Amino acid sequence: MEFKPRIVAFLCKWCSYTGADLAGTSRMVYKANVRVIRVMCSGRIEPTFVLRAFTKGADGVLICGCHPGDCHYQEGNYRCLRRFMLLQKYIKQMGIESQRLKLEWISASEGKQYAELVNSFTETISELGPCTIEKTMKVLT
Amino acid sequence: MEGSKSKLKLAVYWASACGGCCVSVLDVHEKLFDVIAAADLVFWPIALDIKYKDVEEMPDNHIDVTLFNGAVRNSENEHMAKLLRKKTKILVAYGSCSHLGGIPGLANFSTKEDIFRRVYEESESVINPEKTRPLPEYKVKEGTLEIPVFYNDVRTLSQTVDVDYFLPGCPPQTERLLEVFTAIVSGAELPPKGSVIGAESKAQCDECIRKKTENKLIKKFYRPWEVTDDGETCFLEQGIICMGPATRAGCGYRCIKGNAPCRGCYGPISDAVDPGAKMMSAIANIVDAKEPEDIQRVLEDVVDPAGVFYRFSLPSSLIRRTLS
Repeated sequence: MEFKPRIVAFLCKWCSYTGADLAGTSRMVYKANVRVIRVMCSGRIEPTFVLRAFTKGADGVLICGCHPGDCHYQEGNYRCLRRFMLLQKYIKQMGIESQRLKLEWISASEGKQYAELVNSFTETISELGPCTIEKTMKVLT
Repeated sequence: MEGSKSKLKLAVYWASACGGCCVSVLDVHEKLFDVIAAADLVFWPIALDIKYKDVEEMPDNHIDVTLFNGAVRNSENEHMAKLLRKKTKILVAYGSCSHLGGIPGLANFSTKEDIFRRVYEESESVINPEKTRPLPEYKVKEGTLEIPVFYNDVRTLSQTVDVDYFLPGCPPQTERLLEVFTAIVSGAELPPKGSVIGAESKAQCDECIRKKTENKLIKKFYRPWEVTDDGETCFLEQGIICMGPATRAGCGYRCIKGNAPCRGCYGPISDAVDPGAKMMSAIANIVDAKEPEDIQRVLEDVVDPAGVFYRFSLPSSLIRRTLS
């Protein structure tokens, strides 16, 4: 059976979600593997959200926020960046490939970039194959 | 003894534990007489010579309260957890190991195979050319010898059996145990099943007496020995990782009073799913850097995030073991 990656994307309302919306209204075609969750700010995305997505069966997690300096709440995306960098360190220790977690800045006008990002990230995850976290956490051995 | 029918039947058991929890029960000192006046100790391997088979022969729900300490590491621990569950009315996960996995839970960073290879083959003090490893069953002419089966995953008590209450701490503060015990003896109304008892619901930081400012910003993290602690300022503000923000209060911040940062043994605050993730969130918030290179430089000093943030809670966290 062909592997269809399940990707959870957390997009901030002000830039990235609007960017994804632009990709849609511009009728751009991109991979349908992404499940988008809109949050008010990338600074709202707690490490718990990402870890929970993985334990619930996500093969990859994508986080998008406003470009540095453009955050609607001024500082949120910097917080997001710092959490992301610490999380990367942690997931590596847990044996999870760091490519499975990605952070990119997408502005409201970057519909094309969003579509390309989704395509390239889906490609990366397809090459990595299914994530084993959900299965490993389900059974005590 | 007179009136012993109305006396509470109390059991204390250690599974994969260091023994500290049992000692914390002994730390009631002379109050032990009050405990004994109100309760009969029916099973307590560290202090009383009562065998497993004696427990097996007890009728179901014979014991009123069991304080179960230690994680579930092997089949013997699991057997005793299930047995005591059957024989006990109120089963309490006592201490960090049975509550969250505790220090033995750090073994979830390795697999059974890693551990056996290290212990029985690679350890500097081992000579084992035939690579002999313990077998759960071994046949000799007198019969079959059995030892417990070592599991791959360290489990918490609630991952093994149904638990009524959780009393956190490494070890739990003895005063808290006495409060809980007194409440049970007095027949006071008990909290809903599954509650964490003998602790607060807010965070350690809310109780801590150290001086804190609203704006914590850290340019560099230090190991405790690299800093001369002034004994007054918040550890985090001095750049020392302290688990206070993500840890449940109730211990009376005894480590901090002893000028050591909190290590998180009381587990997550009531609304946190994953204590380590909460801590990562808190630590990342106070890093005073915006450029990726600068952030990288500050985070380099957080050498072992998984080990530090999940020191007591790995088996109970979202990612409860490393992927093999």
